[in-house]
Amino acid sequence: MIKHLDFEKPIIELHERIEELKALNGNMSGIYQTELKKLNAKLVKIRKEIFSSLTPWQRVEMARHPNRPYTSDYVKFLFKDWTEIHGDRRFSDDNAIITGIGSLEGISFVVVGHEKGRKITEKVKRNFGSAHPEGYRKALRVMKLGGKFNLPIVCLVDTAGAYPGIGAEERGQALAIAENIKEIAVIPVPIIVIITGEGGSGGALAIGIGDRIYMQEFSVYSVISPEGCASIIFRNQEYKKEAAGYLKITAEELKKFQIIDGIISEPEGGAHSNHEEAAKLVGETILKLYQELKDIPRDDLIDKRIEKFSQMGVYIEG
Amino acid sequence: MKWFQIRKKIGKESAKKEIPDGLWIKCTSCDEILYKKEVEKNLMVCSKCNFHFRVNSAFYKKLLLDEGSFTSFDENIQTADPLQFKGYVKKIEAARKESSLSEAVITGEAKIDGRDVEVAIMDFSFIGGSMGSVVGERVRRAIERASKQSLPLLTVNASGGARMHEGIFSLMQMAKTATALNKLKTPYISILTNPTTAGVLASYASLGDILIAEPGALIGFAGPRVIKQTIKKELPDGFQRAEFLLEHGLIDMIVSRKNLKDTIISLLSHLC
Ligand SMILES: [Zn+2]
Repeated sequence: MIKHLDFEKPIIELHERIEELKALNGNMSGIYQTELKKLNAKLVKIRKEIFSSLTPWQRVEMARHPNRPYTSDYVKFLFKDWTEIHGDRRFSDDNAIITGIGSLEGISFVVVGHEKGRKITEKVKRNFGSAHPEGYRKALRVMKLGGKFNLPIVCLVDTAGAYPGIGAEERGQALAIAENIKEIAVIPVPIIVIITGEGGSGGALAIGIGDRIYMQEFSVYSVISPEGCASIIFRNQEYKKEAAGYLKITAEELKKFQIIDGIISEPEGGAHSNHEEAAKLVGETILKLYQELKDIPRDDLIDKRIEKFSQMGVYIEG
Repeated sequence: MKWFQIRKKIGKESAKKEIPDGLWIKCTSCDEILYKKEVEKNLMVCSKCNFHFRVNSAFYKKLLLDEGSFTSFDENIQTADPLQFKGYVKKIEAARKESSLSEAVITGEAKIDGRDVEVAIMDFSFIGGSMGSVVGERVRRAIERASKQSLPLLTVNASGGARMHEGIFSLMQMAKTATALNKLKTPYISILTNPTTAGVLASYASLGDILIAEPGALIGFAGPRVIKQTIKKELPDGFQRAEFLLEHGLIDMIVSRKNLKDTIISLLSHLC
């Protein structure tokens, strides 16, 4: 069954009518053709209307859409000769983060990304994309392989956050995140970060350090979930919609704040409506950014990377 | 209600009545009624159970730094309201009044046993020691000064995490401070006091060459309430306390307040 969001309903219904009409194509007479044309035009119009006026909360829903492409989908469509690499060599293999090496247009990339999992068994295996310390340690280990063998790195960020649990604390969740942030900053190869869904706080930042930070059109990136913010500020999660607005978490806002470097557009109706097209657009951006970065001397690359983050923040200097 | 709960409740209520305002304080941990002047003399530590009462940045300044040696830097870096977040300006004004501080960290240069050091001391009384753009920038500059002048760095941490009201900017302070530490080649000692959690712990606070915790300090990534809600189970006794972290190999040592300065002096004499 295809899951969809409430505000997508008119699109889904129209889409179904079009499909029904197409099913009658045995004798496509003029009348059917005209009707089909009309419906298609209406679909384009409705999609445009709906997706150009999404509220911040609806954008959160888009970023969390159950059909949104995940790292495994991007790997499938973009990276040839894919070899997955497992484990942190310390504790276990955290399936909430996928790491490996694959080739895009003949260039070998290290790919690191959160994976939420599609079906319920898969979701459980992936812990819904919320990593434990061993996930972040695996990510750092494999990114350092990239540094050692001069392979550029792509990080795909899509997590509600680092997992809040007993084992995670016992094994140093905060320490793992801090270490990643510090050490990724000095890995001497180009690092391209793309927020593909939910950029959930420290769990996102732990693989969110790079030379270029891009967001997909309908992704979000935030210090805290709107629900978390609402329960702290209003003592009530019901105010999540307001909180989503206050927090300013959409791609456009973060571009305006110069927190991210660019936005990757999504297919009509969002990345979930066409995984292959979404992947194509992501792949083009990766290649473009790689071209920008590949010839920068490695010392400069690292200096600029640290400088980039040192600029972030707004204060008054009196 | 079980009998011991009832007794505890009655005990609490009667104790409340018996405490004359200002002269006595009750230990948060063991419920002992303590003579305030004695506790102050004991560096705000319970003489019965060693509970470390929360103290402010001025206290640590006096406790750890040579008298009169502290020079404050970057006080002129002041809070902005980048998101125009509802109620934030008022919150900042109130925090300034209540704490008599300009933000949740003081930074500068000082001497410890005659040795020059760069310091950053957080203060929980300013919006829970939360890290926004000002905290991040002051800490970054402290790291930079330590790097450029080859001075050891000392941070004393007390924080509930990121300053939500500054949204993504507060998250990026984790990146700003943690990445800046790559340039520091001198010793960095980080003191984790009660509490040091979330964004501050997940960035510069846990990146010290030496991590020292105060006894009983709450130190963790996620808040205990969030964890309990997520896993739907009771948390084990002592979870996320300094002793728990030591047992799990996450920190180097637990040091009582009265030994803190001597420990720092000794470590610096080895490492510098
Ligand atoms: Zn006590």
